[in-house]
Amino acid sequence: MIRVALPFHLRNLAHVGNEVELEVNGPVTQRSVLDALESTYPMLRGTIRDHVTLKRRPFLRFFACEQDLSLESPDAPLPDAVTKGAEPYLIIGAIAGG
Amino acid sequence: MYSLFGKGILKQNSIMKTRLLVGTRKGAFVLTSDGKRTDWEVSGPHFAGWEMYHLKGSPVDPDRLYASQTSGWFGQIIQRSNDGGKTWEQPGTKPGEPTTTPEGFPKAESNKFVYDVSPETGKPLTTHMWYDGTTHPWEFKRVWHLEPSLTDPETVYAGVEDAAMFRTTDGGKNWHELAGLRGHGSGSKWQPGAGGLGLHTILLDPKNPKRMFIAISAAGAFRTDDAGKTWKPINKGLKSQYIPDPNAEVGHCVHRIALHPSKPDVLFMQKHWDVMRSDDAGESWHEVSGNLPTDFGFPIDVHAHEPNTIYVVPIKSDSEHFPPDGKLRVYRSKSGGNEWEALTKGLPQKDCYVNVLRDAMSVDSLEPCGIYFGTTGGQVYGSADGGNTWTAIVRDLPAVLSVEVQTLK
Repeated sequence: MIRVALPFHLRNLAHVGNEVELEVNGPVTQRSVLDALESTYPMLRGTIRDHVTLKRRPFLRFFACEQDLSLESPDAPLPDAVTKGAEPYLIIGAIAGG
Repeated sequence: MYSLFGKGILKQNSIMKTRLLVGTRKGAFVLTSDGKRTDWEVSGPHFAGWEMYHLKGSPVDPDRLYASQTSGWFGQIIQRSNDGGKTWEQPGTKPGEPTTTPEGFPKAESNKFVYDVSPETGKPLTTHMWYDGTTHPWEFKRVWHLEPSLTDPETVYAGVEDAAMFRTTDGGKNWHELAGLRGHGSGSKWQPGAGGLGLHTILLDPKNPKRMFIAISAAGAFRTDDAGKTWKPINKGLKSQYIPDPNAEVGHCVHRIALHPSKPDVLFMQKHWDVMRSDDAGESWHEVSGNLPTDFGFPIDVHAHEPNTIYVVPIKSDSEHFPPDGKLRVYRSKSGGNEWEALTKGLPQKDCYVNVLRDAMSVDSLEPCGIYFGTTGGQVYGSADGGNTWTAIVRDLPAVLSVEVQTLK
């Protein structure tokens, strides 16, 4: 199981708690995790990545294992600790919450 | 009220309900009262922390509400209620359902607003004009205004930033651009106003289902006579200091237009500066600012039972977005413009420096007509007597972006 931590407003949209757990088939990458997240919680489509380009929304960041993965390739493998469920994949609102 | 309007009207009002849908910078609020409109219940915040640009109910099914929920972080969400705002849902694919059809096509995404650039139905329009006259890519930012159909609760029009018009015919599950508006010819010359390039006003002609009026800051007003397929600018007579060409077809910062359902060819406009009137469905405009203390402002609305009675809220200037002299005054003209009277009773007449935004005024259909408006200071004011006297329904909401009223049986 992959653990994903969502920011407050997206938790409310998806009606979930701090973290969700997802089954990801195949290689565990940022793309495959976000695909699985949006498939399970379709109301989140468009809120993390652009509908058409699937690019990260500019005010969001992706962290895991104390690393900023926001600018990494979406197809790069995620750290083992995320793959094994020991650490969450974090979706973070960038700075000033507004 | 009793002596002025008689037992019959009082009886009628006693069985009516009034519901205000208030969008703010940090959530939505639903304010309800009976037909007397003296005691109000406040529910909310709904969608706490989100910018709620606009909420509006279907005229056919008043418990069917639509709301535009937006965020610079998370983008656009459309919400829908089937019970008058008690509960809400995002139309579209339900949690746990497959996101594609058995044939592999994507299923409904209620928050997906994608510009139509297909050669068949749209135009490959990729840039508009930026503030400095350079070109800028067309980018969807948010829904400013939702206008439910007069006849079908599943059909809603959306005015968006960057300016375009979208329509859903399935209750908000899917949205498609009415591409003839951006593609009619002048779209590449549209330029944002200070608040962005937003399509903020949508007026549906109750006598002609194929006719609609829209307004864009800062492009101007436009009309369709074929249900949104083709559009024409309707800006003759508008003068704008910041446009070098005095006869410019587009580029005018129209803040709001309004009409009375019984006379849909008569339009009233609050422009950036100037209050304007058209008697020919926008073919030509003439100024009716008359004796207003300033003719800058944002909202304009028409009395529910008197088609020639209109309301504006004068604001000092485009550089100073607050009422002149710190006095919050609604101005009413009973002559369709030019002759205006200040309505002050119950409104703060000193040290008031709030603004009233373009979508933040609304009129109910009771007798006497009720008028409501919200301020950037978080007050919602209401008048149950056509504007003669006002009371603050609530005082301390977040900055108010929009106010819509529903009169319910």
